[in-house]
Amino acid sequence: MGLLSYFKSRSTSGSASLAKERLQILVAHDRAGRDAPSYLPQLQRDILKVLRKYVAVEPGAVNVNLEHDEHHEVLELNIVLPEGERSTG
Amino acid sequence: MSRIIVVTSGKGGVGKTTTAAALAMGLAERGFRSVVIDFDVGLRNLDLIMGCERRVVYDFINVIQGEARLNQALIKDKRNENLFILPASQTRDKEALTKEGVGKVLTDLSEDFDYIVCDSPAGIELGATMAMYYADDAFVVTNPEVSSVRDSDRMIGILSSKSQRAEEDREPIREYLLLTRYSPQRVERGEMLSVEDVQDILSLDLIGVIPESQAVLNASNSGVPVIMDGESTAGQAYSDVVARYLGEQLPHRFLEIEKRGLLGRLFGG
Ligand SMILES: Nc1ncnc2c1ncn2[C@@H]1O[C@H](COP(=O)(O)OP(=O)(O)O)[C@@H](O)[C@H]1O
Ligand SMILES: [Mg+2]
Repeated sequence: MGLLSYFKSRSTSGSASLAKERLQILVAHDRAGRDAPSYLPQLQRDILKVLRKYVAVEPGAVNVNLEHDEHHEVLELNIVLPEGERSTG
Repeated sequence: MSRIIVVTSGKGGVGKTTTAAALAMGLAERGFRSVVIDFDVGLRNLDLIMGCERRVVYDFINVIQGEARLNQALIKDKRNENLFILPASQTRDKEALTKEGVGKVLTDLSEDFDYIVCDSPAGIELGATMAMYYADDAFVVTNPEVSSVRDSDRMIGILSSKSQRAEEDREPIREYLLLTRYSPQRVERGEMLSVEDVQDILSLDLIGVIPESQAVLNASNSGVPVIMDGESTAGQAYSDVVARYLGEQLPHRFLEIEKRGLLGRLFGG
């Protein structure tokens, strides 16, 4: 190890800061899954059913997610429409 | 009334058994009647750490299944008359740990003991869920690295939902973070998550930080809980943990590199 590194204070370029960043993302994701209300899967199926009356979407086209931060809960709805085709009816 | 403490973690090999042994011995040294139970059925290494492996006749599963009485299976520590060990079975199946069986043994023990320390296996399989189910307090043992911290966070979620206290809607298990195998040198070099980093992610009461120490291996080699090695940093850190658990306010120690002179830093490696 070089001389200089003895005098450097806690390095910000070390892998520990990367570890912390990755952990923050991982843990937030884990917690969101854990705290998700139990009705989410059913909600997702129901929305898909309704949607399919109007659009021929793939079975996995609907994704419902609940996001938290300190002040809000956001219900996030993600729908992938088939390419080229906007509606069937 | 006795208090049931579970020593748990999501990831294996983080220092649970080392901690359970230290905690039980530390409480006994302070005059409390303590028993430490090995829930790691199949692996059975608490008796090795406690140095009583040659005195195991009956085990926890024998008691649950009515093949031995509790006082036949309990091993009295040779160094401290307040301390007893209930070893795990090496041969039996984990499935023998039933909620009713474990509950009955804990109820019987609570008539005689002030503290019941449960040394849990890692993760969320049966032995671990049985060890935590009846707990009043939990020590979540964590190493400063990504997978251990992540698994501890999962464990915290499980502790707050899968315990008797949670099911009966009573006051939740008191959870404490115990950071072990901490190396201030590596933190200083930016290679290891710091105490603050871990606390930012897991917002739990920090009950102690145990430094990485050769004394832990020496202690396990000789079958003596490391808390009895009062010369070692790990032993002293564990003594502080016991004191804090009992309500004393103590500053955390061994978080910084021991300051050596400039020459020491240049030539001491
Ligand atoms: N503070 C420490 N310093 C150095 N080695 C440690 C420390 N704590 C635990 N160890 C070592 O880590 C290994 C796993 O410890 P153990 O207590 O058996 O963990 P667990 O019960 O969680 O599997 C053992 O080899 C032990 O000696
Ligand atoms: Mg263990």
